[in-house]
Amino acid sequence: MKLFEYMAKEIFQEYGISVPRGKVARNPEEAAQVAKQIGSVVVKSQILSGGRGKAGGIKFADTPEEAALAAQEILGTELKGYVVDTVLVEEKIKIDQELYLAITIDKAVRRPILIASAFGGMDIEDLPEEKLIKRNIDVSIGIKPYLARDIARRLGLSGEVAEQASKLIVSLYRLFSEKDAELAEINPLVISGNTVLAADGKLTIDDEALFRVDQGIPRVEERTEREKKAADLGISYVELDGNIAVMANGAGITMATLDILQHYGGRPANFMDAGGGAGIEPTAKALEILLSSNPKAVLVNIFGGITRCDDVARAFVQVKQSRGIPVPLIIRLVGTNQEEGVRILQENEIHSYRTIKEAVEKVIEITSA
Amino acid sequence: MAIIINENTRVLVQGATGNQGSFHLKQMLAYGSNVVAGVSPGKSGQQVEGVPVYDSVFAAVDEQQPDASIIFIPAKFAKDAAFEAMEAGIKVVVVITEHIPVHDAMDIMALAQIKGTTIIGPNTFGIISPGKCKMGIMPNSIFLPGNTGIVARSGTLSYEIVYNLTAAGMGQSTVVGLGGDRVPGLSFVDILEKFEQDPDTERVVLVGEIGGNAEEEASKFIKEMSKPVVAYLAGKSAPPGKRMGHAGAIIERGRGTFESKVEALSAAGAQVASLPWEVPGLLQNRGL
Repeated sequence: MKLFEYMAKEIFQEYGISVPRGKVARNPEEAAQVAKQIGSVVVKSQILSGGRGKAGGIKFADTPEEAALAAQEILGTELKGYVVDTVLVEEKIKIDQELYLAITIDKAVRRPILIASAFGGMDIEDLPEEKLIKRNIDVSIGIKPYLARDIARRLGLSGEVAEQASKLIVSLYRLFSEKDAELAEINPLVISGNTVLAADGKLTIDDEALFRVDQGIPRVEERTEREKKAADLGISYVELDGNIAVMANGAGITMATLDILQHYGGRPANFMDAGGGAGIEPTAKALEILLSSNPKAVLVNIFGGITRCDDVARAFVQVKQSRGIPVPLIIRLVGTNQEEGVRILQENEIHSYRTIKEAVEKVIEITSA
Repeated sequence: MAIIINENTRVLVQGATGNQGSFHLKQMLAYGSNVVAGVSPGKSGQQVEGVPVYDSVFAAVDEQQPDASIIFIPAKFAKDAAFEAMEAGIKVVVVITEHIPVHDAMDIMALAQIKGTTIIGPNTFGIISPGKCKMGIMPNSIFLPGNTGIVARSGTLSYEIVYNLTAAGMGQSTVVGLGGDRVPGLSFVDILEKFEQDPDTERVVLVGEIGGNAEEEASKFIKEMSKPVVAYLAGKSAPPGKRMGHAGAIIERGRGTFESKVEALSAAGAQVASLPWEVPGLLQNRGL
């Protein structure tokens, strides 16, 4: 789950990481209020995407009137696919140097990685490799002060600023670890006189760890209604633009099913991985989600391992009996408890196929008729 | 032979009295796996299908000397279960559990490195050496003993590949699921190295998918292998930027695209099947 900048900064402060003074505003009056207390400010749109400055989502204001105007110009507009309903009004800080600092997960070595650069700010993606400092972190050691001091030294910092930066690096790792973050990024990390400040913040929390991460963090929603319903069932569901609804069990086979369908000229309406071991009730609900998108046909590809074919069959029969299935339902059903599953479907006049090839050919024949 | 597990493997089931644990314990026994003990805290003295259950892995190790463990423990507690197995000296740990927090997975891999433990998973269907031992949740009926090694990132998709191989009379030496999570215990290369060494394995099928660069890394090793490799990759039709279920299955910045993987594998001498049922034919074309 990605967090808005203002949420990230609240958490930064909990960990003793300095950020510019500021407050959230949801209308021009609130923005003016904050500016009255602070003076010269930056008005920043709160969206879950980078590149806001270039897209016009960040404006400067020297008076409360200007701040209100800036907020008015930003609020309600659409930026990078998101409608802005919140701005962060922050003091304008004197910038002596912009650094870059991030901790994320390096999947290749199964460890966290710290990435830092003395050349932060915009266009960090384009920096040549030699201007980046990268350091894998051993989770059983973490980032201790000696390592943080070394990073600060390699960033070219010295004196009071180096000391502050080292402390900040230690804190950022502690936050990364304790908040189950996938990404904790500060860009730019600003040196302003003798202080080191997080002028921006990106924080992504591991969805799988939300059960234990501070409940004080409000949940941020990025999905459509149907996608949300599916997620509540523990199902991965992504809407696509075709007309054949697809359900399979397992991400790999679901992707392969979409690939095979496209190979034969079909257009999938969605990706739906009903997961492993789903019982009757969730499977029936998953089918209902598919039907609610009004597809021309539904293609189901189940290879039962932990999923039991008889449960899948019972789920489909349940939906057929309770609300009816108005479009052709093409099922490939093999694996654990296959005989029982096929028998249950047959008794309810639902035909099933043994190979995905036959099932895909059938669904193409029906939908192109 | 086969790799990692064989007919001599003494299997422990962690979470043996739970719904999934007890169901799959029974399935593993039915397959012929030598399941010697189960663990469920607070349930010692019970039996599941005649297999004794202990309160802790330490107790199970004292009484039954298992050498591999399979974990059916909910995500919140899976790290503790994996740590317990490693501390108790188990050298092969199969983690079936999905939705394990990524920081927990990193902790597990860090301890595995210190202890010298082989971790299969998390979020895997497990591992099977057909006719010898199954530690996983895969359907029993589709496997056939033979000489094709299979390594996959995705579970159900590899059943599909196995199903087609078995139908074509091509048996399998060992089938390994690396797991679909962001931080898996093993890489393709770890398994390919073992298949290359294994006298029972004559050829290898790699089942990959879009996202990450595991297949590109594997290609470097395939170039050095003496045994033929055929690959199948899922995700050709996936739109960029959309996360397709597996945490791994997302296209990042042009790396990990379908095309880049096909190119890397082909350049390394592996043939890439366009459809799952073409895999047996491609293996036959390699003169086997």
